[in-house]
Amino acid sequence: MLDANFFTALLSLSLVKATPLVLGAMSGILCERSGIINIGIEGMMLMSAFAGFLGAVFSDSLWVGVLVGVLTGAVMGAFLALLSIRYKVDQIIGGTVINLLAVGITSYFAVIIIDNQSLSGIGVLPIIQIPLLADIPVIGPILFRNQPITFMMLILVFVLHVALFYTPWGLRTRAVGEHPRAADTVGIRVNRMRYLDTTLGGMMAGLAGAFITLESVGSFESGVMTNGRGFIALAVMVSGNWRPINALIIAYIFGVSDALGVRLQLGDVNQLATLLIVAGLGMLIGGALWALTKYLGRRDENKVPVTQIALAVAGLVMVLAPAIVEIPETNIPFQFLGLPPYILTIIIVAGLVGNVRPPAAEGKVYEKQ
Amino acid sequence: MDEPVLRVRGITKRFPGVLANDHIDLELRRGEVLAMLGENGAGKSTLMNIIYGLYTQDEGEIYINGRQVEIRNPEDAIRCGIGMVHQHFMLVPVLTVAENLMLGMEHVRGYFFLDKERTIREIEALSKQYGLEVDPRATVEDLPVGAQQRAEIIKVLYRGAEILILDEPTAVLTPQEADDLFMVVRSLTEQGKSIIFITHKLREVMEIADRIVVLRGGKLVGTTTPAETSRAELANMMVGREVLLQVEKEPAAPGEMVLAVRDLRVLDDREHPAVNGVTLEVRAGEVLGVAGVQGNGQRELVEALTGLRKVTGGQVQLLGHDTTHAAPRQVIEIGTAHVPEDRHKHGLVLAYPVEDDLVLCTYYLPPFTRSFNLQPYAIETNAVNLVDAFDIRTPTVATPASSLSGGNQQKVIVAREFSRNVKLLIAAQPTRGIDVGSIEFIHKNIIAQRDAGVAVLLVSAELDEIMALSDRIAVIYKGEIIDTVPAETATREQLGLLMAGVHEAEAGD
Repeated sequence: MLDANFFTALLSLSLVKATPLVLGAMSGILCERSGIINIGIEGMMLMSAFAGFLGAVFSDSLWVGVLVGVLTGAVMGAFLALLSIRYKVDQIIGGTVINLLAVGITSYFAVIIIDNQSLSGIGVLPIIQIPLLADIPVIGPILFRNQPITFMMLILVFVLHVALFYTPWGLRTRAVGEHPRAADTVGIRVNRMRYLDTTLGGMMAGLAGAFITLESVGSFESGVMTNGRGFIALAVMVSGNWRPINALIIAYIFGVSDALGVRLQLGDVNQLATLLIVAGLGMLIGGALWALTKYLGRRDENKVPVTQIALAVAGLVMVLAPAIVEIPETNIPFQFLGLPPYILTIIIVAGLVGNVRPPAAEGKVYEKQ
Repeated sequence: MDEPVLRVRGITKRFPGVLANDHIDLELRRGEVLAMLGENGAGKSTLMNIIYGLYTQDEGEIYINGRQVEIRNPEDAIRCGIGMVHQHFMLVPVLTVAENLMLGMEHVRGYFFLDKERTIREIEALSKQYGLEVDPRATVEDLPVGAQQRAEIIKVLYRGAEILILDEPTAVLTPQEADDLFMVVRSLTEQGKSIIFITHKLREVMEIADRIVVLRGGKLVGTTTPAETSRAELANMMVGREVLLQVEKEPAAPGEMVLAVRDLRVLDDREHPAVNGVTLEVRAGEVLGVAGVQGNGQRELVEALTGLRKVTGGQVQLLGHDTTHAAPRQVIEIGTAHVPEDRHKHGLVLAYPVEDDLVLCTYYLPPFTRSFNLQPYAIETNAVNLVDAFDIRTPTVATPASSLSGGNQQKVIVAREFSRNVKLLIAAQPTRGIDVGSIEFIHKNIIAQRDAGVAVLLVSAELDEIMALSDRIAVIYKGEIIDTVPAETATREQLGLLMAGVHEAEAGD
């Protein structure tokens, strides 16, 4: 049934789906803002998912597992920094090494440790309700009734945003990623900053890994854990112009498309109508906001943002269509229903990438003259 | 009290195979401008980097106000009151002026948060005190170069510098901006700051310096004052032999039209218009100089003419061929020589041996290629001849171009381009950053090409170079040629105003 509950549930699931993407993107932001390219987010997440799972099983505590996952991420981040700074390995290669290493190590040890001993998980982190706030309609269940890592993600986005743009640490991090020599001449230890930030970035990926095994799935099966989400997180980071809040918004769009795919597979709603409404809502809200920013930021007095308004209007039509005309029941094969996040990655990256600007010094080793 | 604020004694620095500084003694007195003159590779930068803590000397001592100090890194230097205004500004382009200035010494409120307002108030106070106008809230990359430089100077003062090292500060400025800078320098010295002014421009030295020191080959070869010396004498001290500052040339004898450009429009890398309707003509046997401050579309203009950049409007005619959308090789084959602005990026393959760099335009033609094979012997012979004819100082023709000095790298390009049978020579910043001896040589060769009937389009940000070589001077400003004047009647002031976008008619009232 297409009612308010359906959409609340959908938007709530979307936030869950967005969580590892946001954490992964913040991992990338921390590393790249300081100048180290991190394409090893996927591998870091995978290693941490594995280590976190083992930590939880052997200590019989999910929280110890989370801690192990985060620390594993820190080690992976430090390893990337070591490769990039100390050994001057090309940072794309360094990230690839981490990705390949993670697949190899986790699938090997998964067989030896998990399969051979038939280890099973100890469940997932419990849902926490914030009293009173969780009772607000729609927003309450989406924002205030979640599992702990999702809450942590929301808090971390704002902490990282403030830290990056309003504290000395953030100013130095950005300076080091943009113009390391300028930072060096005013006495900032460039490489020390990079080690610190890349390690912190690893911890974010670690938390994303812990989310997968300890908050979402509850078990570890090699080969299907991260599913390319570390790479989608990269796309989120780039499309969000290396800004945490933008990353949250973009990851949430991915989350909606992902959740939609999951939800439609249940087959209890008119698939085509739901797709129309959700896509239409996206276009309506996106088009309206885009038109508004264009209108407020316009240089030419007489210029009306026609394209953006047309987009919003088209969205409105799509939302209203199912109420006016009969949309036939269809049966889209479930393989296709899993596609949206990947298609969206291509569209968003292709559409936005020309307009974003990476930190100027990323990927370059800093050496004193 | 006559203790010098800065004194260095017996500073020596060796790099593998080079003695960069050889027992240099130097003193800087309070409130003076000490000009340091020397060619590239004379050891100026090495010495300044030692004083600023970027290098450590092998021998020698540094004294501040008579007290010996050890300077191991820039923080030590800052603590000693030494500040450096680098030639390539040490400002982060995407940050605001205030953020750049507070970097590394941030004021904090509420334990964690940057106190930008406090920094801004401090900057405004300094700004007023020294007459350095700059908006602390502006983003650095949006500011003109002159304002960026003022920000850089305030940054140094903000860190409490008493001694300011200005490294080639006028290289990026218009003549008017340079005049403003000189006023700032005087205001600084009046308030007790001491300044080391590094340059290779003789005119500036005579104008601004209280005392002059000249470095050559890592040694201090002379100390003098503007009153006691002349430009010619300083040039001789720099180079170590007689140098002709003026290029000797006969009046031009323009012939047939070689290059005709009509209403050319070109975009820059960010897709913004860079060349907005340039129309110009160059005839055989004349030099057309294009003067202008860097970044006014010169680079895009040259790239469009040589086929390296897409033309979005207008027309280019080269010897009767329409080359508006021609590929670089077509442009070359019609008879164009190109000395590009950035010799490392576009002029040479640095990793290649000199002999290969010398055939980059012709390698595919006989005698260098027969059927499918390169002819090493022909390539080597060609290189040996050119190295000799153009006086390229290289150990062997198989030495990689990267290990040559800037002047000799430029000579490799000049040799390659000038040795072909060309009709048009496009030279962009042909003498940037090279030594006086090589400049003299390249200037002579450009005039020789002109006299042999080649049309020359010379693009340069050095007004002296433009005035010395050109027969006509076109001034480019924001992608437009705002005026073309005959070289013999042009004055520095007139050109300087044009370069700043001011027409004489407007300036008159």
